Amino acid sequence: MAVGIGTERVTGSGPVPGGTLPGTTARRQRALRLPRSPKIIVGLAMLAFFVLWSIIGPLVAPYSPNQIFANSPVPLPPSGAHWLGTTALQQDVFSQLLVGGGDMLLVAFIAGVIATALSVIIGVTAGYLGGLADDLLSMLANIFLVMPALPLLVILFGFLGKSGSSDLFLVGFIISVTGWAWGARVLRAQTLSLRNRDYVDSARIIGESRRRIIFAEILPNLTPIVASSFLFTVLYAIGTYSAMAFLGLVNPNWSWGGMLFYAEGSTAELSGYWWWYIPPGLAIALLGTALVLLNFGIDEFINPRLRVAGLTRRTGGRRRARPLRSQQFALTPVRVGATARSAAAGSAREGGPA
Amino acid sequence: MLVISRRLFFYLVTAAVAISLDFLIPRMIPGNPVDAILSKMQGVTPTRATMHALDLQFGVGTSTSLWGQYTHFWNNVLHGNLGVSTANGFEPVSTVIRQALPYTLGLVGLATLISFVLGTTIGAIVAWKRGSWLDNLIPVVTFFQAAPYFFLAFVAIDVFAIRLGWFPTSRAASPADFPAWNWTYISDVLNHAILPALTIVIASAAGWVVGMRNVMVTTMDEDYVLIAAAKGLPKRRVIWYAARNAILPSVSGFALAIGFIVSGSLLTEIVFSYPGLGYLLLQAVSNDDYELMQGLFLIITFAVLAANLLADFVYVFLDPRTRQEA
Repeated sequence: MAVGIGTERVTGSGPVPGGTLPGTTARRQRALRLPRSPKIIVGLAMLAFFVLWSIIGPLVAPYSPNQIFANSPVPLPPSGAHWLGTTALQQDVFSQLLVGGGDMLLVAFIAGVIATALSVIIGVTAGYLGGLADDLLSMLANIFLVMPALPLLVILFGFLGKSGSSDLFLVGFIISVTGWAWGARVLRAQTLSLRNRDYVDSARIIGESRRRIIFAEILPNLTPIVASSFLFTVLYAIGTYSAMAFLGLVNPNWSWGGMLFYAEGSTAELSGYWWWYIPPGLAIALLGTALVLLNFGIDEFINPRLRVAGLTRRTGGRRRARPLRSQQFALTPVRVGATARSAAAGSAREGGPA
Repeated sequence: MLVISRRLFFYLVTAAVAISLDFLIPRMIPGNPVDAILSKMQGVTPTRATMHALDLQFGVGTSTSLWGQYTHFWNNVLHGNLGVSTANGFEPVSTVIRQALPYTLGLVGLATLISFVLGTTIGAIVAWKRGSWLDNLIPVVTFFQAAPYFFLAFVAIDVFAIRLGWFPTSRAASPADFPAWNWTYISDVLNHAILPALTIVIASAAGWVVGMRNVMVTTMDEDYVLIAAAKGLPKRRVIWYAARNAILPSVSGFALAIGFIVSGSLLTEIVFSYPGLGYLLLQAVSNDDYELMQGLFLIITFAVLAANLLADFVYVFLDPRTRQEA
């Protein structure tokens, strides 16, 4: 599911032989260069594995995740009958694990799509229009960035109640409301930088409409950033959905976060029932790792100097003309700030694109 | 200073938005929280005043206009009146939160500070040694960046508290201990804080490592670093020049990171049964204690804003360019 944008970028212009226009050739070359990074390959493979898992998992699960096998309060360690043991309710952990990925990935995908759409609309509008609209939209984005998401989500889901939170689309929407601001901020900064490039200026002088400039000139150049902000939001949504399920705010049957909710309720960590809490936690962590790796790959694609192979300024020089904005796509900050002070710091350091 | 006052204005606006959201969310979402609260009051007959206060708090069945409710809400918040906590025997929310706040501030504050220093140092070294074996650290870091805090807390308790028995498993102090300003009690509190703090540090340092490395790699290509190296300055000094500049985005990005760290830390507290705000959050959730949830949202937001303001001061101190503006 979440592979959507990733594969499109990689295979979209894959085997096509070089075009005639120099511009399109360059673009194809760039598209072809992307999958060579081991980070992208590993990330995509892991992501594909988890997507397959969430689709096939429920079909191949040996038991129903709700089925109760015995009447004993002590979880059983892994055995032939139960590959990953049982829970305190004597349910099969392996079956729960196989079933638990689907809803979460679906919610994450929905949240990713909505939040990315929001961040493109708000970020590009703010960056392109400038002036008062920019000030207001940037402020809105910054407010949502600064406000801690967890307690806000607790209120939202708390008042929504259990019945409302079983609607996956609604859950995805609520998560996206708290997750769009980061993408909007990065996209705004990049739009701001693109807006003053020569090619956009010339398009403006030719008399192209504002809509055409945004959709035909600016948006295509934002693709890697849009893709990475999508992946980032999916990662954020996975973490958030797991946290909500772990708190028991969304229906925990069955997601990996929900399995941890039940494990915590039975103090599995104090009793050493590792087979109960390690598999779901590890699954969330590895799925997240896949997304972070993909983001690293895109990051290095945008900023070649981040590549490991000891790139010096000279070898990286040709593509230094590209916008050198380093973003970090995980829990950490963005270098390009929407705030006045970091914008000043950013432009002062980078000296603008050569 | 212009920069700081501008930021201060922004934080005040954010606080106002948070208070407004706190007011609006119960009214936007269908359902009747007053009924839920009244059902908790079994045995206690609510007085007319309590009923009136609840109706005003959630905007159910009251004749007061929305604007009237809103000003009433603001008035309450500004007077520190955040309602009563049904999960805590109808104690005022502000009292309940005040008891838990020091634990969270101490634990999360200290852990954040350690993880920032540790993470940026490792990030700078990894960037400097680019292309060496240290690059293998990146996938490991990636894993910790993606793992949920509460899962790491599970593992930490199972391995270090249960199997190895190095640390206590839960709570902030032994129940037998009496709170006092003596070494026995303080060392006990510290001993209880180590494992949760370690969990938060390991989970959050990953982000600082990656952030610092990515900026540092770019900074190392700057001319002044080249010149510093060409002049024959000791390597340590050159790294210091580059790192000093590369750390700025990490400081300015603090705003974004602290929200994540606080959220993760609250969940860590839950696993450790640490008596901070996270534990209250769980209590509020499992008892449908709406007023406690709302109060927690406000207090946590205010704390995060204060931390941001602190980071702004540090930034202004570190970067002279922000001072020139004024």
